[in-house]
Amino acid sequence: MGEAVNQALREEMRRDEKVFIAGEGVGVGIHSNPKFPTFGLLEEFGPRRVKDTPVSEAAIAGLAVGASVMGLRPVVEIMFNPFFTIASDQIVNHAAKLRYLSGGKSKFPLVVRMKTGSGIGAGCQHSHNLEAWLAHCPGLKVVMPGTPADAKGLLKSAIRDDNPVIFIEDMILYFVPGQVPEGDYTIPLGVADIKKPGRDVTLVTWSKMLGTAFKAAAQLEQEGISVEIVDLRTLVPLDEEAILQSVTKTGRLVVLHEATRTGGFGGEIAAIVAEKAFSQLKAPIKRIAAPDIPVPYSKPLEEFYLPNEKTVIETIKAMI
Amino acid sequence: MEKPDRVKLLETMLLIRRFEEKLEDLSKEQGKLHGMMIVCTGQEAVAAGVSAALEPQDVIISNHRSHGHLIAKGAEPDLIMAEIYGKRTGYNKGKSGTLHIAAPEVNALCTTTVVGGGIPIAVGTAFAAQYEQKDFVTVCYFGNGATDEGSFHEALNLAALWSLPVIFVCENNVYSGAQRQEEHTRVKDLAHRAVAYGMASEVVDGNDVLKVYEATARARAKCLAGEGPILIECKTYRWGGHSTTDQQVYQPKEEIEQWKQRCPIEKLKKELLAAGILSETAWQQMNTKVNQLVDKSVQFAEESPWPDVTEALEDVFA
Ligand SMILES: Cc1ncc(C[n+]2csc(CCOP(=O)(O)OP(=O)(O)O)c2C)c(N)n1
Repeated sequence: MGEAVNQALREEMRRDEKVFIAGEGVGVGIHSNPKFPTFGLLEEFGPRRVKDTPVSEAAIAGLAVGASVMGLRPVVEIMFNPFFTIASDQIVNHAAKLRYLSGGKSKFPLVVRMKTGSGIGAGCQHSHNLEAWLAHCPGLKVVMPGTPADAKGLLKSAIRDDNPVIFIEDMILYFVPGQVPEGDYTIPLGVADIKKPGRDVTLVTWSKMLGTAFKAAAQLEQEGISVEIVDLRTLVPLDEEAILQSVTKTGRLVVLHEATRTGGFGGEIAAIVAEKAFSQLKAPIKRIAAPDIPVPYSKPLEEFYLPNEKTVIETIKAMI
Repeated sequence: MEKPDRVKLLETMLLIRRFEEKLEDLSKEQGKLHGMMIVCTGQEAVAAGVSAALEPQDVIISNHRSHGHLIAKGAEPDLIMAEIYGKRTGYNKGKSGTLHIAAPEVNALCTTTVVGGGIPIAVGTAFAAQYEQKDFVTVCYFGNGATDEGSFHEALNLAALWSLPVIFVCENNVYSGAQRQEEHTRVKDLAHRAVAYGMASEVVDGNDVLKVYEATARARAKCLAGEGPILIECKTYRWGGHSTTDQQVYQPKEEIEQWKQRCPIEKLKKELLAAGILSETAWQQMNTKVNQLVDKSVQFAEESPWPDVTEALEDVFA
């Protein structure tokens, strides 16, 4: 997926002179690895369009806000999701609200990319999935791809979008291979993808948990339980239709996400289904999420933190 | 000013060096350590010199490159190593790992891997000293890169405004990630940034442990006299990459070699040998002792139990 993000950035930068990237180590970084998203971009586009910045998240985010209102299309990187808190004033209080405050006169076509995810052994100040916070801010679009192809198609759309888009990449997925369509491949924001059709239960998920969903579904299939996997891909805008249609078909809903449970985005999906498709439900809705703790470092603890296929299988079996 | 025990200073630096070298070796062994390691090889004089001027009640706030700071403050290598292994016996029961080890036992109260994150916290710990009229200072360690964060500027301004007893130690190792200093700021002497806040400052040779000690001792006395805070910039160098996964493509080999010629440990050792304060035999013994301490810490860590997974749920709230 790292290479897919790289392709999207490269193609959009070739396509549109207004697109530039900025962030800590986006040009010359400590990792010289083709699997990383900004690999080789400095060589191709030069220092005018690939801006290495100091460790200054507030300024990086503000740079994006100011440049975007001038008609540029900044794609800035905040190294890890937790460091977004430092950038958040510019993005949450400014990028997300300034169009509204202008009465719809100004626009802020910017993208903030950031890495996320547990499993890298860096502890809770590097691993913290904050997508629900972001989705809670009107004015921000929130994208979390789970496959290389989706990453490419969605990032290209995000860059062309006239609104602030938060694009969150799970670092573990950088190293997961997958087919990526060549050329100008885009996926509209706000369209979920049925990654696997099924009859008995709807499993709504996104980002890294997609892999867990597939593993669980494969095993359940052998036991005669048919799981429909709905990959949201974007939390905002949310494809409610896809969720409701699937639940109407299967009558059961499980939401699976890596972020912690309380206040997680799973609660939002459960609420929507309870409001709009309650009568279709054959069983109570279930959420599978990380426990309400910071991501621990120790390997066994970090593994315990991350929801696994075993829990998914047990949860689904208990529902049927 | 009291003279520090220079042999002890040498030993502290040597212990830090060997500890970090061991970590680098271990990180090459598949499956031994979880995640990447950030070590301070080449920078030992800063931690050793600063801590030699401190008292046990003094507080340190550290950053991602903390092992040296912790060891110099008196934290136990066994417990640091066990934490890095992720074992239950580690300083933080395996919850922290290498990047944010806190050792409240020795007043290493907060270690944060959020660059610049510790600097405002140091304002708070120093405020507590002033508020309760207690005789301790806070030392806040951070890198050159951290001085580009807004948190640095807000914290220094406030600390100066209220004359708080805090010593800001900028460990300038030339790099911030892959960026050289001149690629991340136009300021040459980062100590100069203190001027903007009406704060005293000093530039020190960060590879000269005695100079670091003296500057810290002066700063501490000033802080206790109510004339704090102060910013000390220690000019030093990071021999290795940012972390053990860094390929160092941007770091010139000749530059590393030049700085290795200025090894803080070699420098002090030579001086002590020449002055007859240290003998070759004593130096060998010191090496043996330090190696044993490091090996013991690895053994302790390896033999320690893993935390039970349910322990992951503990310690969220007091
Ligand atoms: C807020 C924040 N932004 C980015 C990072 C990623 N990062 C970790 S260390 C580092 C460089 C810090 O350089 P410096 O402060 O000079 O300390 P050094 O690593 O050289 O000791 C960066 C960018 C981080 N940990 N926290």
